[in-house]
Amino acid sequence: MDLNMLWYLVPSVIMFVAGVYGFVTRKNMIALLISLELMLNSADLNFVIFNRFLYPGSMEGMVFTLFAIAIAAAETAIAIAIIVNIYRKLHSTEIDEVDKMKY
Amino acid sequence: MGYSQFGAMIPELIILGIFLVVFVADVFSRDGSAKKFLTPMTTVLFGLGTIAIWLLPSCEVSVFGGMYVNDTASMAIKAILNIGVFIVLLQSAHWVESDEVAIRKGEFYELLLVTLFGMYLMISARHFLLFVIGLEAASLPLAALVAFNKKHYESDEAAIKYILTAVFSSAILLMGLSFVYAFSGGSLYYSDIYTNIASGQMSGLLIVAMAFMIAGIGFKLSLVPFHLWTADVYQGAPTAITSYLSVISKGATAFAFFIIFVQAFGQIYPDCWEWMLYAVIIATITVGNLFAIRQKNLKRFMAFSSISQAGYIMLGAMTSSTIGLGSMMYYIFVYIVSNLGAFAVITSIENKTGKVGMDDYDGLHKTNPWLSFAMTLAMFSLAGIPPFAGFFSKFLIFTSATSTGSMPLYILVLIALINTIISLYYYLLVVKAIWINPGEAKVEAFKSNTGERAALWICVAGIVLFGLVPYIYEYCYNAALIPGLGQ
Repeated sequence: MDLNMLWYLVPSVIMFVAGVYGFVTRKNMIALLISLELMLNSADLNFVIFNRFLYPGSMEGMVFTLFAIAIAAAETAIAIAIIVNIYRKLHSTEIDEVDKMKY
Repeated sequence: MGYSQFGAMIPELIILGIFLVVFVADVFSRDGSAKKFLTPMTTVLFGLGTIAIWLLPSCEVSVFGGMYVNDTASMAIKAILNIGVFIVLLQSAHWVESDEVAIRKGEFYELLLVTLFGMYLMISARHFLLFVIGLEAASLPLAALVAFNKKHYESDEAAIKYILTAVFSSAILLMGLSFVYAFSGGSLYYSDIYTNIASGQMSGLLIVAMAFMIAGIGFKLSLVPFHLWTADVYQGAPTAITSYLSVISKGATAFAFFIIFVQAFGQIYPDCWEWMLYAVIIATITVGNLFAIRQKNLKRFMAFSSISQAGYIMLGAMTSSTIGLGSMMYYIFVYIVSNLGAFAVITSIENKTGKVGMDDYDGLHKTNPWLSFAMTLAMFSLAGIPPFAGFFSKFLIFTSATSTGSMPLYILVLIALINTIISLYYYLLVVKAIWINPGEAKVEAFKSNTGERAALWICVAGIVLFGLVPYIYEYCYNAALIPGLGQ
């Protein structure tokens, strides 16, 4: 069986949609972060796939992915720090309880 | 290549130098009393840096294989943003000395300078890798800054809302970017993308990519369907950070948006993103205005006002020409002084009394006539009443949007004009509360601090003079004469 680009793109799209779905439906802030991570990783995967199949001569997509992974790690670190701060005050990581400011 | 290329990034080096000096001074003065010098030192250094950036000869530099370009327009917007940050530093000078924050004020300045550094990279980037790095360097430290009032729960709530939406929007932006990469011929330079995306071959994937890009950047700019985080974050964040978010971050992102969409996607403008931007601008201006009417908390009120102002700023991108970019930079400049003027009043009253409600401003003129006067001028300027700068910036941005003479753009400007009248209503609500509403003043008479007063003086001078001194607009227009833009 010939593995063309589509076989690699489908998992990436599934990951992205799962990430969006999780971001919208999950109630736990850590789970929200995991969903975000899925979305970021699917974008990284896309870069690698396009680089490998469309532009095998260059490395631009791969390099971009390396930077994107580092940025995603920084984002997670800051988000975790803020969640820890909230946990100290509310003793909970449920997103429903973080709703004092509305409209 | 040698290290000499870094020498071309003069504005970034200035910010980095100030950052290092502040950082070293902060680390090596652990003693509580020794940190007294930190605030004046940072402010003076940054003021000198601002003057240096204004005086720099604006020549076109392009380094790192064209990834980083410092043309006249980038220099001008950096100088403009620098003035805004200087005003923010002045008006936060008193707040950072309060008991709760004083011990961490070094971190405040460091994070602020790092976000500014990120915005500079974002403005000068001509390659998407540098743009994404700049965008994240600008938005991640801001999350830490939003959470800066560690003891207040609202600050944390605002920060978690900010970081989650920021990461979500970055993910969408990266996804869109990966689709763009599929079309780009293997290069992420704006210019290569411009040549490789031919106007003829439109595909569904390209439209999806454009929608994702606009959504991702629209989150940062708080354009309407992507604005839901704005009001909560603005309300919960420390007021200095709110003012920073509402003008500096917005101005830098708007400029980067313009550059990306003209220099990278200019070819597919009529087929693809013109109508997207059209719809987003109408929604932004209208929804921002309608929600601002019902706000009772002044920081939330300013949040919705800044959403609708972002719509006006984006009007400059509709024509993608020199006059559009010039008017946009002029609008950002005027918006900086008007909005920061309003925020300087809000900050000084909040620092003194802790009050931010609109009905707390009833009868303010009896006790604090000067603050009332400054607030009135800022509101008039934001609403666009003639002698003040806000009128001229709105006039020029409308002129630029109609300069191509196409019918849909006239309709867009008409809708924007009607919205200006709606905005007049809610801006005047504040003026009415200050001067007309009966009842005793709820804020006692006080003398605001030196820093806040200096910030107010600069803002008031800007509001009164910017419209009347034609040099400012000429400066913006001449700076906007960069290659690749039509007249």
